[in-house]
Parts: sequence; C-alpha cells; structure tokens
Amino acid sequence: MPTRVLVAESVIEETVDGPRLKGSKCTACGTHAFPAQRSCQKCAGTETETVLLGTEGELWTFTVQGFPPKAPPYRGNADLATFVPFGVGYVELPGQVKVETRLTEADPAKLRIGMKMHLVLDVLGHDDDGNELVTYAFAPSGN
Amino acid sequence: MSDNTEVAIVGIGMHEFGRTDGVSGMDQGVIAVRRAVADCGAKWEDMQFAFGGSQSSGAADTMVSKLGLTGLQFINVANGCATGGSALFSAYSAIRSGMSDIGIAIGFDKHERGAFRVETKGMDWYGSSGLALTTQFFGMKINRYMHTYGITNASLGRIGAKAFRNGALNPMAWRRKPLSEEEVLGSPMLSYPLTQYMFCNPGEGGVALVLVRGDQAHKYTDRPVFLKAAVVRSRKFGSFEVLAPSIALEHNAGPTVDASKAAFEMAGMGPKDIDLAQLQDTEAGAEIMHMAENGFCEHGEQERMLANGETEINGRIPVNTDGGCLANGEPIGASGLRQVYENVLQLRGDAGERQVPNDPKTAYTHVYGAPGISGVTILSR
Repeated sequence: MPTRVLVAESVIEETVDGPRLKGSKCTACGTHAFPAQRSCQKCAGTETETVLLGTEGELWTFTVQGFPPKAPPYRGNADLATFVPFGVGYVELPGQVKVETRLTEADPAKLRIGMKMHLVLDVLGHDDDGNELVTYAFAPSGN
Repeated sequence: MSDNTEVAIVGIGMHEFGRTDGVSGMDQGVIAVRRAVADCGAKWEDMQFAFGGSQSSGAADTMVSKLGLTGLQFINVANGCATGGSALFSAYSAIRSGMSDIGIAIGFDKHERGAFRVETKGMDWYGSSGLALTTQFFGMKINRYMHTYGITNASLGRIGAKAFRNGALNPMAWRRKPLSEEEVLGSPMLSYPLTQYMFCNPGEGGVALVLVRGDQAHKYTDRPVFLKAAVVRSRKFGSFEVLAPSIALEHNAGPTVDASKAAFEMAGMGPKDIDLAQLQDTEAGAEIMHMAENGFCEHGEQERMLANGETEINGRIPVNTDGGCLANGEPIGASGLRQVYENVLQLRGDAGERQVPNDPKTAYTHVYGAPGISGVTILSR
C-alpha cells in the first residue's frame, strides 16, 4: 500500500504541533546550525546539542527553480515535459539561523524579501511504487 | 623584492574552449602544455615541476605519458573552481621560494552537458529535495543584492551582451555570436532573476602557463609578464556561499573580499592601479557583485558604470575582455588560468581585435567557486 516517504527525514522531526527542523546549538557560544553539526563553525567548539528550530521567520532571499534538477539526486518530478517550477529561498529564523528551503510559492511576483513565512511539509512527487515523497518547505504566512 | 625572487610568466598555451568532440579533457591539457612550452621557446624537459588539475578529466600527472617521462615533480591540484588558481599559486611559491627556476601550471577539463551534477554524499535529503543546484545560489545572491543596492535587470542584460560581444572577438571562445541585451533578458528564466543567456555553461578547454625566476625571464621572452600576487582564500564564518543549507545570522563579506585585499597588499597596489580585470562571471549577476567585492567600485555603483560602458574594452576599467565564463564556458580546472592567459595576451599587446587600448600595464584576475573559495592574481609588465 502506498505510503508517505519523508525524503528529508534526517532533518525533520514530526511533533504533535507539526513539523520541526532539527538543527544544533553550540554549547559554548550558542551559535545555531542547520542541519545539526557536531562542531561549531564559529568558535570551533566540539560540543553541540540538537535543537528543534523555530517554524516562523522572514524571507531573506529567493529564486525560482525553472528547469528540472538532475535526477539523481533529485527525487521529485524531473521530467522536462511536465516539470513545474518551484520556489527556493532562505528564511531567517529570529535569533537562530537562515535555513535554505523550498517555497510553496513559485511566482516571483508573489514573493517579497522580508515577507513572513512558516514551515510546512510539501509533496515533491511520487516514486515508482506510488509512494508520496515529502520534504519540508516554507509557505507565505500572509501580511 | 630583489629581481631574482620575482616570478615571470613567459609562456602561455591554450586549447580552444567550448566543445571539442573526440578530444579528451586531458588531451586538451596536453595540447595547451605543448603550446605554452613552444610559446617561450623552451622544451618540456626543461620543466622542473608541474602543478596541474582537473575536476572531471582525470589525474593531471598521468599526462606525462603523453608529454614525455622526464622525471619532473608533478603535483596534482584539486580545489574546485580555484583549481587553476591553486596550481598557479603553487607554481608561484615554488619559484618564489628559490626551490625551482622554471615550471608549469596546468588546468584542463571536459564536463558533461547541462548544469553541474552535485555530489551530496551524506546529505541525501538536500539533493532529494531539489536544493543541490549551484544555479539557485546565484539567483538568490543577486536577487538579494539587487534588492539591497538598487541594481536592475538592465544591468544583467548589459553584462550578458558585453560578454558575447567580447567573445565574438575571441577566436578561442566558445560562444562567438553577439547577443543583444533584449535577447539576453528575453531568454528562458532558469533561476529568477537569471535567464539562460545570463549563465555560463560547463564546457571544455585547457590552459598552461610557464613560469620562471624573474632574472631568467629574458632568456625565454622579450615580453615577460610578472606575477605580482597570487592568493587563494576560503570562506569565513557568516559568508553566503554556494550549496549552503544554512547561513549564519551574522554577516561576513566572503572570500573574494579577503583574497582581493591580500592580493593588493602583496602587489603593493590598489584597485585604481589596475588597467583591466577578469572577474568570475559564472552568471551575469556574479560579475556585477564581483566588481564591488574586488574593490573596483562601491556597492550599487555598477548600475551607472554599466550604463556608461565603463567596463567595455575601451572603457575606464575593462572587465572580461575575452568574453569571460559566459562566452567561454567553464571547464573548472582551466577557467582560472584562462583569465591569466587573457591578461598576458593583453599586457603583451597581442589580444588582436579585443586589445585594450592605451598600452595596459597591469591586470587582475578573480575566480570564485564552491564551497566558498576565491583566487586572485595581479600581473604587471
């Protein structure tokens, strides 16, 4: 029976309140990283703790992926005839880090640097067995 | 610096950039080596060392089986887009240190068609999710830059049109058909705000440069060009780099700014002393940003400079006189050395139809690439 496959399982934790991204925090200097790192790129400290990152932030910059990514590594629809462009951006999570992410919006006219965004799960496509492939994305929050 | 510790480039050789079916990347490197050695009237067996590299065309040192088994010290260099720059830095250091008198820096490559396929070993989720594309970084970096500094699409179109106009004057270039700003702006959108003709393509080609101690340069040429600085820098915390799943909140200007400052210091010069520059133009936006990151203008000034044609071949500070990566494509191992090749031609006065006027005396190169590395050289006559 087809099921849902989380292709970014290693960086997502599903909680009762919804999906969260797993990052890390340096125990010495407090610097956040995504995905989780065992050492700190800022202070070279070697002790970090895994933390769940915030789910809301502001769009720092964006682009729109206008052609099918090479597959592999891409697991979404890479067929030139049916490919649908998708948004990509960095969302700044206050006090933590800017994370690179797919965006649920792919129309540049509807994207604006500084707009509020929130974390969701988004369907990439389906594999040969009909399983639904899912990864994280950020969606515009309105206003 | 006393004369005998100066480093001179006396021989230059290139295999045409573009697509050469039936000739391997390494064979293009071999051809470049033979041309460079012949250019200065030397012989392959004169070379005391070689530093060489390619990303996709094999271990450079195996080319001795085609060039001759002379027993020279041949060291392979693998440093992404800075491979050529790193080979040159290593050759520079070998001579500057007094260890060697003459040697060669080599870069070559031959990539498959289409955007670079990125290895995401240990980061499967990143590639699976459609984030492992260098093109996205370029779109995102220039988008934020345009937002911050008021650069418009017109500037992107101007950069593209300039590249293909210059490429049309370069017999070694891949793209030799001029394209108008409208054609550049109107081509398919690949990674907003960048269109197809604003991006360079992975390609093929080879370049080799023969370096000697400054006090021996005149044995090989009456027109030596001196390497005043060769610098490679990696990224610092907080810089915004290609293929980064996250960026720190705090900001760092990035490795290009660091490499540029170090190179100017090494050469005892400043941006105003430079007569022409080859700046990494993986895409049109990169050239705009790199004009400022390398010190040739303030952020935001590019819009006016491009409208005024200040970076054209006959402008105040000509940039990418050979058509840059946009017109030549990007064989990773060779790309940085192509820039130096072009600068040597320009300083010799041998650049033909695209010769920068008024007898240029100094020239600058800059490469940038994954995972956040920049290489800069400064040449003078």
